[in-house]
Order: sequence, then structure tokens, then C-alpha cells
Amino acid sequence: MATVSLKKLTKRYGTMEIVHGIDLDVADREFIALVGPSGCGKSTTLRMIAGLEEISGGTIEIGGRVVNDLAPRARNISMVFQSYALYPHMTVRENLGFSLKIAGVTEDEKARRVAEASAILGLDALLERRPSQLSGGQRQRVAMGRAIVRDPDVFLFDEPLSNLDAKLRTQMRTEIKRLHAKVKSTVIYVTHDQVEAMTLADRIVIMREGHIEQVGTPDEVFKRPATRFVAGFIGSPPMNLHEATVADGKLAFAGGGSLPLPGAFKASVAAGDKVVFGLRPDDLYPVGHGLQSGDAADVHVVELPVAVTEPLGNETLVFAEFDGRDWVSRMLNPKPLKAGDRVAMSFDLSQAHLFCAETGKSLRA
Amino acid sequence: MDANTSARIKRRAARVAHGVGLFLAMLVICLPGLWIVLSSLRPTVEIMAKPPVWIPQQISLDAYVAMFSGVGKGGIPVFDYFRNSLIISVTSTVIAIAIGMAGGYAFARYRFRGKSGLFLGLMLTRTVPGIALSLPLFFVYAKLDIIDTHFGLILAYVALNVPFTIWLIDGFFRQVPRDLAEAAQIDGCTRWQAFWQVEFPLAGPGIASSGIFAFLTSWNEFALASQLTRSINSKTLPVGLLDYTAEFTIDWRGMCALAVVMIVPALVLTFIVQKHLVGGLTSGAVKG
Ligand SMILES: Nc1ncnc2c1ncn2[C@@H]1O[C@H](COP(=O)(O)OP(=O)(O)O)[C@@H](O)[C@H]1O
Ligand SMILES: [Mg+2]
Repeated sequence: MATVSLKKLTKRYGTMEIVHGIDLDVADREFIALVGPSGCGKSTTLRMIAGLEEISGGTIEIGGRVVNDLAPRARNISMVFQSYALYPHMTVRENLGFSLKIAGVTEDEKARRVAEASAILGLDALLERRPSQLSGGQRQRVAMGRAIVRDPDVFLFDEPLSNLDAKLRTQMRTEIKRLHAKVKSTVIYVTHDQVEAMTLADRIVIMREGHIEQVGTPDEVFKRPATRFVAGFIGSPPMNLHEATVADGKLAFAGGGSLPLPGAFKASVAAGDKVVFGLRPDDLYPVGHGLQSGDAADVHVVELPVAVTEPLGNETLVFAEFDGRDWVSRMLNPKPLKAGDRVAMSFDLSQAHLFCAETGKSLRA
Repeated sequence: MDANTSARIKRRAARVAHGVGLFLAMLVICLPGLWIVLSSLRPTVEIMAKPPVWIPQQISLDAYVAMFSGVGKGGIPVFDYFRNSLIISVTSTVIAIAIGMAGGYAFARYRFRGKSGLFLGLMLTRTVPGIALSLPLFFVYAKLDIIDTHFGLILAYVALNVPFTIWLIDGFFRQVPRDLAEAAQIDGCTRWQAFWQVEFPLAGPGIASSGIFAFLTSWNEFALASQLTRSINSKTLPVGLLDYTAEFTIDWRGMCALAVVMIVPALVLTFIVQKHLVGGLTSGAVKG
């Protein structure tokens, strides 16, 4: 059993508080992604769990045992660093076997476990090389091998893919997922890339400035973002988010444009409320070129001028001007469009989000 | 002549100029050494000749024979000097490296109050010329009764070398990424093991060069040694050179011979250690 539980976990550097008392429960064998913009305290949190950083308050439990003051080696965790942190003076084989050597495992056992890890990650041909003789992707794989050789309770990853090029990153992402299916350990995976978080994790923890904004499955954080921040952070291209004022059954935007108030929010707002209206690009599309998710009555059509188009082959991102600003929409089964064309756009309001302009919290009942 | 040909000729010319330049530079660096070796092999008349005699006419090992043939027969106590030099240089180097490693590591890895002030202070100690210290040092040593002892010189040389070894070793530890020691700790090492298993081997070549540096400083030091030593108890080889000066004459040939005897072990040591200095050992630790 390797649950991880953070209670009121706090980190201060001097007088500056970086992590503000976060609570999180990670189930056994769960893959959790900590995601958030750079500098929000993800690495610090991970390093506190690893024992590389002292904690300033709260408790950390691994497998039900409080580990607050234990050294990293007493926590039975492994960590894959962003920089890989391979030992340059050792061969790949020695890198993989290092933790076993320190633990005093017998030579036979060590050889067996190194061979096992090397087979899983396809490192057999590289065992006698040194890290400097490996490509980025190979180093990445050795770093993961070094982590699995120990058979730890918990894997910690700190942005393991951020030094790879885009193609390799996608490839390694799949590999990590496959690895997790195979070794079945609890994983805490830090990344600033929401796509990585969405594709890998069972649950996603979205952090911002040392606070947790939302914890949920990829589906939950995508479909029901708890805050304006989460709404803007998850999803690519990002959700259209624009401030508006509620006025008798309508949303009045700053530039004079207006949309009907989405039905789902009628009960939770009152006239005069300042809100932020959110609509994903998937729910804004040229008529007939998108997937309608709800009731046809909730689809509101407006004719808008096209500002820019970005063809991606299977779909085209259309930036249409509404209320003086560009709204990004996703056109499936694309037809040729050029800047200046006027198109009828469907606003699928059954999928819209409203957030309180002040607190940023979702107004969904 | 097309552009390619002229470019090729230019490149060749540059290569030749490069070679000639290097040769001249090496000549300037090596000539004094060669001249010392040469002077130790030729008679005084030839050394002092004006205009200089470039090509030696007579070569002999007389100076070396005399040097080793014992006091009274024109020799000097080379073995005593050599032993003193060796004991003092090796001991002071080992101590300076040990302190340098502890200090350099602390400067490279830890934050503490007054860090930059302390570092600057260490460097400032080196702005005082050694010779200016020799008189006060002489008085202090006289009071402590450690003049003409190995201990006295070792102490002085450790003090002389420590700022430099700390500074150099600090730089070498800085080049070892922090992540490595952390990874080692995750892999089951204690802080202490992580240092010896990972950080020390990676900074090792650098530490060895600092060692050579400290050794050569002690081995060649003259100003302080000439004040703080008196007899074969502690006189080092550089001080021994003075044995060749009499009231009215200087035995240049003998002096050069002793200089050669001094240089050879230093060269050998440097050669042995530098073979183990594999550069770029930390490459491949992080990123691509
Ligand atoms: N040793 C330190 N001293 C002071 N501030 C630090 C230290 N390490 C990190 N920080 C600050 O803590 C914040 C969170 O850092 P980090 O956890 O690395 O963010 P990220 O989410 O990008 O991994 C940053 O604002 C950073 O400046
Ligand atoms: Mg980070």
C-alpha cells in the first residue's frame, strides 16, 4: 500500500511562503499529475514529498506513515529529475544498479533487477555506455530505469519530458503510460504542460501560486473547471474568457455585444452581477462545422467577420471578431475561409461557463 | 585563381602562421628552463662568457657529482634538503586540500550568513605580499619557538595555500550539478555517501589540479622559507640554493644543478597527476 497524503503542507523560504497549506490524498497506484504555470510551487511540493526540501508546516504521510523528518532514502520513493541527473562517471549499467549497490543487494540479484529494468525500457544495447554518449531520449529512459530498479512505493517525476523535442515528448509520454500500467506504483507527476497531465493522469491537481485550484479527473477539470484559472489553463487552444455583466436574461459584454444568459446559470446569477463568460473553441463553430452537445434551443447563431484562420489539416482554427475581440473557434470538416469573410457562428451555450468576476469561482450550481 | 583556391591558400597560410606563433611562444616559455639545464653542465667561464657562448663546448656532470659528494668536498646536504622539502610540501598540500575541500564544498553548496564577506576576506589575505609578512611572522614564530621546524613551515604554507584551494575547489564543486547528490540521496545514500560516491569523483580531477598547484607553491617557495629555516632541520631545496653563494662568488653551475634537481620531481609529479585529469567528466549529467 502506498497512499500519499498531504495535510496543510506549507513551505516558507525565510518570510516568503511559497506553498500555502495544501491538502491532497493520493490513492494507492494512482497516477496524479501536479500541473500549473512555472513558479507555482509544483517542484517544491514534490521535493518536500521526496524529502529533499524541509517542510515548514503540515504533515506528509506515505503509506499511512508520517515521513515529515525522514531522509529521502528512508521514504522508499524514486524520483526522475527534469535534468535526468544521471551519474556521469558511471556506465548505464552502474547508473541503474547504483541504488541496489548502496542497499547492499547481492550481485546476482542486482544483475537480475538491472536486466529486468533494462528489458522493460529497451536499454540492453546501451548498458556499457556513459551518459554523455546517449541522446536525450535515451538519457530519459535511463533515468526512468534507475527509478524502477528500486521498486519503490511512490514514483516522483519532475517535468521529465520538458527537455525533449516535441516528437520525442509524445513518444515518451506513451511510454510512461505503458510503464505505469506495467509497474503499477503510485505516481506523482509534475508538469507545466496540461496536455501531458490530461493524457497521463488518473487525476489532475491544478496549482496556482502555492494553492490547489482544483483536483479532478481529466474529464472533470475539462468539463467542469472550478475556477476561471483552471478554465483558462486546461484545454488547447484555451477557452474564450470574456468579462460581462448580467442584465435581464442577457450577458452584456464590454464592447456592446450581448449573448443570451445560458439556462444552466439562470438561478445562480442576478441582474447587475459581474461575471466572466467562458466558451471552449469546440463549442463555438461556423454553423454546420461543429458538434452540437446539448439542446438545439441553446445554440445561438451570430454572423461574425473572420480575422485570422489557422488550418491544421483535419480542422481549422477560426479567429472571429465578436464584441471587439477575437474569439477562437474550431471548425471541423473545414471549408475554405479567408480573413474578412463573414460567417454565421454557432455559440453552443449549453456548454458555456460562468465565473464570478471577483473570486474567479465557477457559478455552476 | 578562383575563390576556393585563394581561400585554401589563405587557410594554409594561417595554419603556418599559427604554428610559427606557437613555436615562438613555447620558445620564450621553455628557454629559461633549457638554459638552466645547460648551465648546470658547463664550466663557469662558459656561463659567464661575453658575448654568450650559445653552443656548449664542454659538457660535464661535475656539478652533480660535487653536489652529492658530501659537505666539505664542495657538496651540500641535498638529501636533507630534499627530505625537508618533501615532508613540508606533501604535508602542507594534504592539509590545504582537506581544508580546501571542506571549505570549497561549503561555499559551493550552502547558504550561510556572511558568505560573500568571508569569501572576499579569504581572497584579500592573498593581496599581502608574502615577503611583507616574513618579519612579523619571524617574531611570532620566534616567540612560539617554532623557527627552523617542519611544523612552522607547514603552518605557513597551509595558510598560504588554503585561500586558493578553497577558491579553486569551490569552482569545481559548482560545476557538479546539485541534482546529482540529490539523486544519490533518493537512491539510498546518506548525505555523506552521496558526497563520496558522486560529488567527490566528479570534482576529483579539479581537486587533483588544486593539489598540484598547492604542492608546487610549497615546493618552490623561497621568501618565507629563507627567513624561517636555519639548518638541515628544516631547510628546503630553494633555500639550499643559497649554499652556492659565498661572500664574493656565486657558483652558478652548482646552483643550476640544484635547480634541476628541484625541477625534476615537480615535473614528474605534475606529469603523473595530470594524466589522471580527464576533462569534461561531468558532461552528460544533465540535459542534452
Ligand atoms: N531556494 C529557494 N529560495 C527562495 N525561493 C525559492 C527557492 N526555491 C524555489 N523558490 C521559489 O518558489 C517558487 C516555486 O518554485 P518551484 O516549486 O520550483 O516552481 P515550479 O512550479 O515551477 O516547479 C518560485 O517562485 C521560486 O522562486
Ligand atoms: Mg519546477
